[in-house]
Amino acid sequence: MAETVTLWVYRGDQHGGEEKPYEVPLMPGMVVLDAVHWIQAHLAPDLAVRWNCKAAHCGSCSAEVNGRPRLLCKTRLDEFVKEGVPVHVRPMKTFPIIKDLVTDVSWNYRVMRQIPPFQPREPAPFTLYQRDVDRVQEFRRCIECFLCQDVCHVLREHHEQEHYFGPRFMARLAELEMHPMDAGDRVGFIRETAGVGWCNITHCCAEVCPEAIEITNNAIIPLKERVADRYWDPIRGLFRRFQKTAP
Amino acid sequence: MVKAGPLRSCQGVGKGGVCVAQAAEPEARTVSKATAEPRWWVEPVATVVAFSLFVLYSAWDVLFHNTGQYHNYISPYFSPNVGAWLGVHAVPAVLVAWVPLFFRASCYYYRREYYRAFFWDPPACAIAERPRRYRGETRVPLVWNNLHRFFLYLAIIVVIFLWKDAVEAFIFPNGFGVGLGSLILLVNAILLTLYTFSCHAFRHLVGGGLDCFSCRGRPTARYRLWRRVSEWNRHHGLWAWVSMFWVWGTGVYVRLLIMGVIHDVRFF
Repeated sequence: MAETVTLWVYRGDQHGGEEKPYEVPLMPGMVVLDAVHWIQAHLAPDLAVRWNCKAAHCGSCSAEVNGRPRLLCKTRLDEFVKEGVPVHVRPMKTFPIIKDLVTDVSWNYRVMRQIPPFQPREPAPFTLYQRDVDRVQEFRRCIECFLCQDVCHVLREHHEQEHYFGPRFMARLAELEMHPMDAGDRVGFIRETAGVGWCNITHCCAEVCPEAIEITNNAIIPLKERVADRYWDPIRGLFRRFQKTAP
Repeated sequence: MVKAGPLRSCQGVGKGGVCVAQAAEPEARTVSKATAEPRWWVEPVATVVAFSLFVLYSAWDVLFHNTGQYHNYISPYFSPNVGAWLGVHAVPAVLVAWVPLFFRASCYYYRREYYRAFFWDPPACAIAERPRRYRGETRVPLVWNNLHRFFLYLAIIVVIFLWKDAVEAFIFPNGFGVGLGSLILLVNAILLTLYTFSCHAFRHLVGGGLDCFSCRGRPTARYRLWRRVSEWNRHHGLWAWVSMFWVWGTGVYVRLLIMGVIHDVRFF
């Protein structure tokens, strides 16, 4: 008889819900999304889950497995079976639930629309050197799974969406701000509107990123330093003033 | 069954928008014991114990002793001897110990550690926090962490003196020699150099603040330096811990020599 694993899957909507147990036959290499699909096919056809590529590229199947934000398609079941722990699958806590494992992440798209877009110094095409875009390309790996937004305690626990854009958009702002051909100045925006000061750099966003983007070290902290350049460093301020007045 | 309350949805974004928070009801916000990371508390507890013991020992060494010098060895807590330069008759180490203290307290890596361990903000990733007002680093005193670069500048001066101490640790009354203390002080200077120069603020200073490294035709020295510092920066947390423990160990070693509890081992 095939080995089975019990998945406790959250079933509910905006009015409430609960975790329900489902017995799933274990197959070699099985990921949590496979198990959820098996449940859909055999036990609960009305179970809602958002997914698309099943290859950790589309960022659709974000959820929480045993309390940790993860992509369902990249989370193998055998790691839990080996440890002998039960498997709990819940929707992302930071976003409003639609149904079961599906959450409404549209807030993120509204935030994205607020960010001043790329402002080229000169009309394209222009030449870029790889060494100048290495930093920016790291942020381009983002698949917008919003796991970093989910784990960010400023959004998740303190619900400060009004003050802080979250790590995904710090990466987006860093991508624009560090772009060698961008002429925009977003430092004031990063401080005032995007609220970089609300981040207390606990690195959780980088820990859960399935693309291994160093969000804290390479995006948030450099942005904090740029803000410090502008608002906390009188020596740099003096240099800037001299540069402006120089003929 | 693990019960969860309803979750509210909100509309709007950022300032001027309507409520944007994913405001979950308290029952839904609390991750059940069954789903929480079972050993999440290990890191914050270990951090609290390590930091507390380090601070207690450092305070004892700095506040209750007038010297940290044993022949050609000088404890890192007492270097440089600013009191002697200024002719100030205060507890000597207090005049300099605040530099590494504030440098470490405003360090981006240590911030991660103490926000998690002492503030529980959050205690670990995706672990529920106790409900309370949170302002991040937007208000005094935490907003002063933005002054980190100035403590970096001062810490670089201290590191220069620690190298002087390390060199002097090899110079005995009868000439060049190597003792266990010489090696300890040398490793101390190396580790503190790695910690100081892998700092995020230093990384920004040497090139991170630039948008374009080669817009003037070819890669600049700043680009190469930034790349090197970025490599070191990946291990900044490791250097932070190791250098802290080594400073501690070096201080203990010199203190035990001064107290006559142990004798230095001379290799030649």
